[in-house]
Amino acid sequence: MTEWLPPALVFFIGALFLPLIPGKARKVAIVAVPALCFWLITALEPGSGWHYQLLGRELTLLRVDRLSKAFGYVFTINAFAAFLFAAHLRSWHQHVAAMFYIGASLGAVFAGDLISLYLFWEVMAVASTFLILARRSEKAYRAGFRYVMVHLFGGLCFLAGILLHIHSTGAVGFEAFADRSLPAYLILLGFLINAAAPPFSAWLSDAYPEATVTGGIILTAYTTKTAVYTLIRGFPGWEILLVVGCVMALYGIVYAILENDMRRILAYSIINQVGFMLCGVGIGTTLALNGAVAHAFCHIIYKALLWMSAGAVLYMTGKSKCTDLGGLYKTMPFTLIFGCIGALAISSFPGFSGYTSKPMIIEAGVHEGLYWVWLVLEIASAGVFLHAGIKFPYFVFFAKDKGLRPGEAPLHMQVAMFFMAFLCLFLGFYPQPLYAILPFPVHFEAYTFEHTLNQLQLLLFSALAFFLFLPMLKRTATISLDTDWFYRKGGRLFYRWTDRVFNGLNNQADKIFMRRLPDLATRFFRSPGVHLQKLILVPYYRLQGLGTVALRQEMERIERRATEGSYPVGVGVLLAVLFLAAMSLLFFMG
Amino acid sequence: MKTDRKCDWLDDPQNIRKVRMIFYMLLALTVLPDFFLHKHTLFYHVEAWPGFYAAGGFLSCAVIIVVSKLLGFLLKRKEDYYD
Repeated sequence: MTEWLPPALVFFIGALFLPLIPGKARKVAIVAVPALCFWLITALEPGSGWHYQLLGRELTLLRVDRLSKAFGYVFTINAFAAFLFAAHLRSWHQHVAAMFYIGASLGAVFAGDLISLYLFWEVMAVASTFLILARRSEKAYRAGFRYVMVHLFGGLCFLAGILLHIHSTGAVGFEAFADRSLPAYLILLGFLINAAAPPFSAWLSDAYPEATVTGGIILTAYTTKTAVYTLIRGFPGWEILLVVGCVMALYGIVYAILENDMRRILAYSIINQVGFMLCGVGIGTTLALNGAVAHAFCHIIYKALLWMSAGAVLYMTGKSKCTDLGGLYKTMPFTLIFGCIGALAISSFPGFSGYTSKPMIIEAGVHEGLYWVWLVLEIASAGVFLHAGIKFPYFVFFAKDKGLRPGEAPLHMQVAMFFMAFLCLFLGFYPQPLYAILPFPVHFEAYTFEHTLNQLQLLLFSALAFFLFLPMLKRTATISLDTDWFYRKGGRLFYRWTDRVFNGLNNQADKIFMRRLPDLATRFFRSPGVHLQKLILVPYYRLQGLGTVALRQEMERIERRATEGSYPVGVGVLLAVLFLAAMSLLFFMG
Repeated sequence: MKTDRKCDWLDDPQNIRKVRMIFYMLLALTVLPDFFLHKHTLFYHVEAWPGFYAAGGFLSCAVIIVVSKLLGFLLKRKEDYYD
């Protein structure tokens, strides 16, 4: 059935027709498109189709296998819930941008070759920027600009890698990279920038929290998880991903703990979670890759749920800083419950979806004897509960009552959150449908008594640490410096520095060449005869041993002669001869 | 939904104390089976000690919090820093 429409095109066509559809019908259309697309993906059979010619090569728009289908499912499920959550939006602009963005990410996931992948990659970068700009604030414009610049840079790395790869191997197909050469590393860098790997991670925590309420929910799922997909496809078992993944897992936690803005806390926890997935890709065994896919699947759902609950709070209160929020459990109990389900799922609390996916990655690491990876991931697991599992709900819904009484979120938002919360619980208790769609056969059981007990200990004592150290975790109205400092502040400092150096040089040159030298020249040429004679005769008299008194007398004689004009030859003749002599000298030397 | 349906159960310190007691009991309950269970180890024998994961979780978070706090002195800036 690969002759059917590629999922990407369904979204693109939907995006093009959306502005033409009037108000109420549009609300139906935005959820119908993902639902239709989900159904289309279930009907896709393994194989490839939709071949086309570009740049003299045969390219593949639709490559269907278990890996691309797994991502296709979750992308459309998330799109369905996100559009339902965004049903209140009157204008079509954000919906169209979101449809292009989601469609492009589906296109990237189903692309069979590097060139198609690159094209969808760039559409994603551009379309997603509009979800940030749609906030229509000065901050959002600036963040959106920085966001798209970083992604264009990543895209260029990717493109350079593709061109070198095609040049050296002649192949355009997107398969696992076998040789560790420059092209492969450039492509890896392009992927890692989209996966928000430090030091190229700041675009995420910088831009996502500036997006609109609904745009943020859509953004969290696609860019980083498309990158995870491409890494699973292209770089399974590359050890460097273990290092990157471990760094990301810890980095996300530390920054999330320092952060004050609730949506930025959640943005940093994306980096932390993608770290787990990258570790799975780095381990590279079938269990680990299954774990990475399963974790991406669950992560998209619970992360969207967390962003929805944060989005509902932002929508109702207009505030997103922990220092402004607190005590919302009194008037937003449903949002609190949904948010807590998301928080428990991200912490991989037994009974929630994270618990049936993340341990696969950790266990795969243990099978390979990777002690350090195991240790870092266990520490990071404890840290997740700390920053996303407790900190986010605690400071937003409990903590100090700030007197906000916003009321519950609109019904369609609650329905969307209920849908995602249900999936979190469903996959937590009954993960078999998820395991059935993973790329490889699954032999994994999360719910052994011992493992569940260990996990409960780990998490509950993390919670104890949170409450005992609460005074150290008090929110402050601050931001934290991240690597975006280099292009936000560093750029300005560089400008100031170059301004000082080059304009300083300019001023000095102006002083010397435009003022000092002409001054000297005019003084000289006022009576060139005198100055020339002085120039030549003074050293000559000095050599002869004339005293200062005698020297001064000689000078006065020269000046007197010059003022009286008593030269054997005129000054003009003297200068003309000198000039001609110089010219002839130059002529002969040339 | 109207705001008069608010719940302020946690405003009462008595209730917070109750929650805390339940939480402590849960903590004890998760560690208790360790004393009667034969635990498997992944890398080292120390993992079989009772409450290993409890201690691990607590210490990990304590270290993470302290390290973050220290880094905070270095990294935190006023909100208008970039403006």
